[in-house]
Amino acid sequence: MDQSLTKSDFIGHDDHAPAAKRSWMFARPDHKTGIVSWLTTVDHKRIGFLYGITALFFFLVGGAEALMIRTQLAVPNNTFISAQTYNEMFTMHATTMIFLAVMPLSAAFFNYIMPLQIGARDVAFPRLNGFAFWVFLAGAIILNVGFFHKAGLPDVGWFGYAPMTAKAFSSEFVGDNSTDLWVMGLQVLGVSSVVGSLNFLVTIINMRAPGLTMMRLPVFTWMTLFTAFLIVLSFPAITIALVEVMMDRNFGTNFFEVSGGGLPILWQHLFWVFGHPEVYILILPAMGIISEILPCFSRKPLFGYPIVVFSGAVIGFLGFGVWSHHMFTTGMGTVATAAFSMATMTIAVPTGVKIFNWIGTLWKGHLMMRTPMMFALGFVWMFMTGGMSGIMHSAAPADAQQQDSYFIVAHFHYVLIGGSIFALLAGIHYWFPLMFGRKVSEKAGKWSFWIIFVGFNLTFFPMHFLGLNGMPRRTFTYDGNMGWTSANQLATLGSYILGIGIAYYFIVMIYTYFKGEKVGRDPWDGRTLEWSIPNPPPAHNFDVTPTVHARDAFWYEKTHQAEIAAEKAKKAAEDEAHGGIHMPSNSWFPFITAAGMLIGSLCFAFHYIPGAIVGLGITFFGAWMWSVEGPGGYHLHPTKSDGDASSASH
Amino acid sequence: MSSHAATAGHIDHHHDATTSTGIPNKKLFMWAFLASDCMFFGSLIATHLIYRLHPPAGSPDPRDLFSIELTSGSTFILLMSSLLMALAVNAIQKGNVATTRKMLLGTIIFGLIFLGGQVYEFNHFVKVGGLTLSNSVFGSTFYTLTGTHGTHVAIGVLWLVLMYIRTFKPTDDSNGQGWIAKGALHFLAFAGAVVVGMYTLLALVHAYEEGHGLAYYFSHHFISFGGTIALIGALIWFARSPGPVDFGEANAIDVESMGLYWHFVDIVWIVIFPVVYLLEYIVLP
Repeated sequence: MDQSLTKSDFIGHDDHAPAAKRSWMFARPDHKTGIVSWLTTVDHKRIGFLYGITALFFFLVGGAEALMIRTQLAVPNNTFISAQTYNEMFTMHATTMIFLAVMPLSAAFFNYIMPLQIGARDVAFPRLNGFAFWVFLAGAIILNVGFFHKAGLPDVGWFGYAPMTAKAFSSEFVGDNSTDLWVMGLQVLGVSSVVGSLNFLVTIINMRAPGLTMMRLPVFTWMTLFTAFLIVLSFPAITIALVEVMMDRNFGTNFFEVSGGGLPILWQHLFWVFGHPEVYILILPAMGIISEILPCFSRKPLFGYPIVVFSGAVIGFLGFGVWSHHMFTTGMGTVATAAFSMATMTIAVPTGVKIFNWIGTLWKGHLMMRTPMMFALGFVWMFMTGGMSGIMHSAAPADAQQQDSYFIVAHFHYVLIGGSIFALLAGIHYWFPLMFGRKVSEKAGKWSFWIIFVGFNLTFFPMHFLGLNGMPRRTFTYDGNMGWTSANQLATLGSYILGIGIAYYFIVMIYTYFKGEKVGRDPWDGRTLEWSIPNPPPAHNFDVTPTVHARDAFWYEKTHQAEIAAEKAKKAAEDEAHGGIHMPSNSWFPFITAAGMLIGSLCFAFHYIPGAIVGLGITFFGAWMWSVEGPGGYHLHPTKSDGDASSASH
Repeated sequence: MSSHAATAGHIDHHHDATTSTGIPNKKLFMWAFLASDCMFFGSLIATHLIYRLHPPAGSPDPRDLFSIELTSGSTFILLMSSLLMALAVNAIQKGNVATTRKMLLGTIIFGLIFLGGQVYEFNHFVKVGGLTLSNSVFGSTFYTLTGTHGTHVAIGVLWLVLMYIRTFKPTDDSNGQGWIAKGALHFLAFAGAVVVGMYTLLALVHAYEEGHGLAYYFSHHFISFGGTIALIGALIWFARSPGPVDFGEANAIDVESMGLYWHFVDIVWIVIFPVVYLLEYIVLP
């Protein structure tokens, strides 16, 4: 990260208040390397890297939890783990994979790639961006604290259905506080997601390079925008639902307590008003990544760009109109059931349209079968398979049979692993050279693809039949004469192969980071602006803010080199006349504010009120100091002299 | 008038040439956040309505509890605070810091009066009406919905105070340190004045309700009464003219973003007030 920074970059200068005159408490950190620089960073690339590393760590944790589940189900009447541990494992596996692996890994790409694709120097609110990451980490810690504490891990399922989250049900086991930890952790994660998404929204709408009109935006940036909209509008519903559970548990309210007049079904509505858009929050970034990779390795522009964009918008819009298809068996009445059935069938149309666009992109392309392309093609095939079973659920009578069976488990793993995870793994391969200047060897990459691909299908394809044969999800063990044994054994075998494949993928990535083949800028002959900058990217991204003349802006630059060079020289002179490039200063306060939230929420979950008040105090102190600190900043002069590419002065 | 305003010349607050759309980033952020907040309050209001329309047997009748006159009064005060907020935005767009300060202070005081009304109301409903968070779903939804709105108002007041104190940032304090320390003292005096003032005010209401009279009130609460006076004095001392300040038209967008938030919280109350207080849904068995 940021190896291109030289000592001369460190002579940053705070425009608004000279750092030298301030005492320690109010001093702005100007470290460019070391731990302090990471804690106080406002650089979107560094924050993206932090998101990525954290997400991959939790991806492994979630994977280990999945392997425990599969091991328990390997043979009938197994006693590998207890029923209680099994409940904790499936709850934490889902919560971890959704909130701590896929969403933050998408956020890593939003942070790292999106500002580069739109030709911006940073996001609209750099300090808020750092805050979003630290709050995410706080939420992740709160959710996983049960690993190290006798409170235990959450065990209520990731739906957290009432009344399982009620006080009466959680005191039955040791883990009395585990549900409180789940509730607080998710609320804190919600703050992170909403704050981060608001930042991305403003960045995409307001920070585009000159000439980058909305209909020239790279598709990944479009999907980032839709994802941000979905998060901003859907997370408040779950926040309210969680607040109500929190009050039921701690302040004796009766929102979901039947004995006090509450309605447990209300939880389901509030949860799925969030929960269904959430599945599009998980898949839209993946669709964006695929829409970048397929054209690049097909040597063709994306087929039907406007259709891809508009279908994304339609998915985002309809995503809010289908939540009750998760509730067909709750007895909503025929009108509601029919309406949500139709809406669910309708949302398959824009999704199917996208698949035809990808096939159209591949059609008569000069396909380069590199590793990112392999993962992308695997995505298209498996996402389609998962989509097919999705359509089957949309018919309410069929859903009544399939509900809460392993058929559902097979379906959503095909769209979440075959879909989201494959696209994210493809994205890591694709953008690795941009981030670290090294490329994964094709041989190792393809091996990892095939092991993961085979392991995945072996794990989840048999689950379709398990479900049709009546095996319920979340079941802790089963009897040998149910006829589920062989399919379960196949699935467990597949899960081990999948685990080996993922482990191999990580080893390859770590090896590549240290010893991989070095590549220069733009190794894939890319089409979008992120490939136009030096490798690895400097802190200021672009020496000269690019002017965009067409869709696939970098492709246009490559084919119009002479005029672009003249344009850049003119703009560099203009920048210098305006005092150079203005860069934001680092800040302690996003970190401090988030730390206050961690302390406060954790203490509240353990019912330690003085600690909660101290945490709240730290949060307010951090926010106050953040506000009076001001934006700060320093100037860079990347194009001033030939020999010294990025000297700083003021 | 700030020295910035004198040198900065004309600033167009609705157009920012450095952004793609011309809309300032902070303003766009605030609009997007308010969209999110619509869903937030929407979920709470939906929860309240579901339980109001289908009350479990034995629910209390809100008509026995509410004092529509009192709540109408505090609603009026809250709406008027929006007017003062709009005047503050208008003043700072013209670089008029003195008027901005007065209007911000007025908004703060009106916001506090509304919060005070809510504190009184909650206290009254619990003590006299016997309505608590836990003894009925009506209580649960009422306190959660109006309490969340109150929290929004309280955050708005804190933010207003921060902005108000920022209007005192002196131009010549180049290291910013002395001002931050003074700002913190200013804030502490303010927080003290609110807490102690609220306490003495509620004590006065209590003495009046119990029929104790003014003599009893002053003899029992003279320390807190004196403290309130002293803290208000400290606030006035802090508010004296500090010479040229580093707050002007350039901050107009900060004040405007805060104003958007404040107006939104008021508008949400215009929905909550009829839904919770005015409509008579309840059909008791």
